[in-house]
Amino acid sequence: MTNVEETIREAGPRILVFSTDISGPGIDFAGSLHLHYSPEVDVISMPCTSGIKPAWVLHALQRGFDGVFIAADGEECAYLPDCAQRASRIAADAQALLTQNGYEPQRLKMAAICSVCAEHFIRYMHDFSATLAELGSTGSG
Amino acid sequence: MSEERRIGVYVCHCGGNISDYVDVAQVIGAVEDEPGVVVARAAMFTCSDATQQEIIDDIREQELDGMVVASCSPSLHTETFREVARRAGLNPYEYTQVNIREQCSWAHTDDREGATRKAIRLVRAGIARTRLSAPLEPVTVETVPKTLVVGGGVAGLRAAFGLAEIGLEVFLVEREAELGGQVGNLGAIYPHGNDGRALIARLTRAVGERPNITVFTRAELVEKSGSFGNYQATVRVGGEPGERIQIDVGSIVVATGFDSYEPEAGELGYGIEGVLTLPEFEQLLNQDGALTFNGKPVESIAYVYCVGSRQPGGHEYCSRYCCSTAVHDSLRVAEHSPDVRQYHLHRDMRTYGKNELLYSESRERGSLYIRFADGEPPAVEKLPDGRLRVTVRDLLTEGEELAIESDLLVLVTGMVPRQNEELTGVLKLPVGKDGFFNEIHPKLRPVETVVDGVLIAGACQGPKSASESVTSALAAVSQSAAILKKGSAELDPLVATVDPEKCSWCGTCQEACPYDAIGRLALNGKQVAAVEAAVCKGCGGCVPVCAEEAIDLQGYTDAQVRAMIDGLLQEVAR
Repeated sequence: MTNVEETIREAGPRILVFSTDISGPGIDFAGSLHLHYSPEVDVISMPCTSGIKPAWVLHALQRGFDGVFIAADGEECAYLPDCAQRASRIAADAQALLTQNGYEPQRLKMAAICSVCAEHFIRYMHDFSATLAELGSTGSG
Repeated sequence: MSEERRIGVYVCHCGGNISDYVDVAQVIGAVEDEPGVVVARAAMFTCSDATQQEIIDDIREQELDGMVVASCSPSLHTETFREVARRAGLNPYEYTQVNIREQCSWAHTDDREGATRKAIRLVRAGIARTRLSAPLEPVTVETVPKTLVVGGGVAGLRAAFGLAEIGLEVFLVEREAELGGQVGNLGAIYPHGNDGRALIARLTRAVGERPNITVFTRAELVEKSGSFGNYQATVRVGGEPGERIQIDVGSIVVATGFDSYEPEAGELGYGIEGVLTLPEFEQLLNQDGALTFNGKPVESIAYVYCVGSRQPGGHEYCSRYCCSTAVHDSLRVAEHSPDVRQYHLHRDMRTYGKNELLYSESRERGSLYIRFADGEPPAVEKLPDGRLRVTVRDLLTEGEELAIESDLLVLVTGMVPRQNEELTGVLKLPVGKDGFFNEIHPKLRPVETVVDGVLIAGACQGPKSASESVTSALAAVSQSAAILKKGSAELDPLVATVDPEKCSWCGTCQEACPYDAIGRLALNGKQVAAVEAAVCKGCGGCVPVCAEEAIDLQGYTDAQVRAMIDGLLQEVAR
């Protein structure tokens, strides 16, 4: 391992978060309150959970993320009244895709995060980091 | 391909908000040699006029075709930097905002090394996205210079009059038989004691005198179709089935007001004679002369505040107007009946702003204020002589129990969201956790909703006083004017697009779109899906349902998202 890789592995599991117009402000709020979570958590923002492709989840793991967290709109989506159902389907499809490709489905987690859900987000990140640490690294990269 | 791009990267210190926790120089060093990057600079405040000008100079002198700004949340300054790009002649959709403050420096104040590494990754992802960006042109739509106002209370009336004054044609729809809403039933209202009924009479007269306002009473908005700037609204007049009228409008102002909290039977004695809600008490105060109840003179009044408000698991918000209203009411009582004893039992008094003076005046006139603990509401019982006994533990005398005997008990009830599911469904308006309609941004876009051209005003958005309702109504007027007076409007081009090469028309995307933005088109001898840009809301809900991967959301394309993921992981790959 190079030094860079070692540093990163010591820092904890690498998590990709997909945020949305609804959950992004909640994650921002956590930062505004200076609540801490692992700096190995990176966020890509999308307008809405229903626009996330399952293949992106697989791509993230194949390239080296240890887990993907979808910070979903839940029932508050401004675009789609059935966003929660769509998101469940996307998550189920993505987990099936992970299983097919030899990854544990627990490497994808989804929870609704609203614009004031700062503390929930932090808790999810801590718990998900712990789950992923137990599962071990995807070993990619 | 990436070598051909000419991207400028600007990393902000944000005073010290970022640079106290992130090594900005290290970030610049790590990204300045990324493919496609020709300029990488740090700035103390990227949003300052001076730095904006430097960016503009760079774009012009270095012929930049892409821009990455790494600073605060996109919700704050995306428009600022799109405007910078426009001023410099760069297409604003060639710019990417990277959030290294709320989602990096502030979240990792305990880990400078980790935060710096993360900032580098996020900026790389932003560069990767920008390398694949395309110039996009806003969708221009013609707008109809007419507005539909839903709700004829103080906010709706003032909005209608304001819209008419600036030359727009207005249709005002009111569900009840009379205009006026809740303010139309009120007597003197705070802060200056203006009579609510008189205010409404004045507004109603002004609205009636405008030839460009059409009023429909006993009417409801039952259907809406079309797109921004050009909505077709169906109004049902005269109840079910009634007459259905079709109206073309450019914008819609929703001012449907609030409901008052209705206590449960037995809640703080509600149901006992003499226990009144705030609106019931206000009606009682509209009588002339000394205060009487059921023909008997009133000698003492107790008030309990925050009834139905600030309740965990219930209405958790502060209803904001009720403290000031009850305090103002106590002054009205003192005016006509100076000998009435008044006891105010509260958790906190929130007579915000200038209303604090009303609170001081009420105390000077003899009102007693007694504070109780959040979890220990007063107990209420009826005495044999018909009067009420209110028992409360006074926090300020170390929990001493006080028994107050009074003729009336006023439950200072707040505002709750109006049950309006039908209208919410027709307009597809987002409703917040508290049940009120949601604006896009409470400070920067306080009356706009995610549905373009549908604006919210007054207490349908959250508890407001009459003057605050009018303020928001006038904001909705100016926002409508901004949209409609030009005759055309520009819409965000970040919408779905179909690759006709890949599409083989299965109809799944059309079924996935509740906005009817996707249609079928004959092209080169085959059927393909086509997105109507002015109708598409840009959610991307059609993207993952396409088995052929033929749909992309502009700004969030498959290639861009994959490139961002790769950019975030570049460090590992090296």
